[in-house]
Amino acid sequence: MRNILFLLIGVIFGLALTKGEAISWYRMQEMFHFQSFHMYGIFTTAVPVAALSIFIIRKFEIRSLDGAVIDIPNKPYHHGLIIGGLIFGFGWAFTGACPGPLYALIGAGYSVTIVTFAAALLGTWTYGRFQAYLPD
Amino acid sequence: MELLYKPWPWYVAGIVIGLSVPALLLLDNKKLGVSSTLKQICAACYPANIPFLSYDWKKDTWNLFFVAGILIGGLIGGVLFANPEPVALNPETVVVLSDQGVTTFRGLLPGDLFNWQSILSIKGFVLIVLGGFMVGFGTRYARGCTSGHGIMGLASLQWPSLVATVSFFVGGIVFTHLVLPFILSL
Repeated sequence: MRNILFLLIGVIFGLALTKGEAISWYRMQEMFHFQSFHMYGIFTTAVPVAALSIFIIRKFEIRSLDGAVIDIPNKPYHHGLIIGGLIFGFGWAFTGACPGPLYALIGAGYSVTIVTFAAALLGTWTYGRFQAYLPD
Repeated sequence: MELLYKPWPWYVAGIVIGLSVPALLLLDNKKLGVSSTLKQICAACYPANIPFLSYDWKKDTWNLFFVAGILIGGLIGGVLFANPEPVALNPETVVVLSDQGVTTFRGLLPGDLFNWQSILSIKGFVLIVLGGFMVGFGTRYARGCTSGHGIMGLASLQWPSLVATVSFFVGGIVFTHLVLPFILSL
């Protein structure tokens, strides 16, 4: 049952990505050329909305459905944030898609994105394979 | 009815995307993130005794349902209620991309660059395969993507996520300006 709700939140999230054109290769180009506020507008709305929600949850100590205290673990700094972040950025410029939009594009009928997605899986696997040899 | 086909303004999309964060927290204390599902799928399909991928992926399958939902959302927004008009880009972007050799401006991906035949060309291989590889490799190396760091991490005021998000954008901007024009000219 709960999984159906996760699926439903995903549907709404994916619909917003798609209808907000955040899965458009063209929109990413526009963003990286600083020629439109559109994508920056999405980020600068989504982040404060999420931040305000987290603030309210913490302030009123709202618990999750099954009564658990909501905890958000810290994400510690490691150099991979920069090295991996840059590599992801390079790929983002090419594909015009982050992982979320990859799923949405496949759903939107862009079958060739299945190849991009498979390549992303291979990239993830390759990172796992060579993690021990990479600076962290 | 026509409204269903129209793209959403940035503030509507932004609010809905932002609200996914409390929805996941309140439902079951889950933290928004998409790239972790790539790792989950690798762990499920081919862990190959790699320590990084050898864990019980079945313990945490919520995000696989979440991304299945994203796919369905793409189907609803991109097929059932697809916007018949081209994306309303800044005309300057159209000029820049046309100068670089992009010829189609319909749909969400330029069909002349992203198609099954083009995978075998150098240009298509770089954009589709190498690009995808770097997205998967880089997000796992950074332990998060635009959703996990860019939205969830920033919204919970974690400075390492800001470092990651800035790196994503620096990488994207640098390659868009210095490398992509060369790739498109191939």
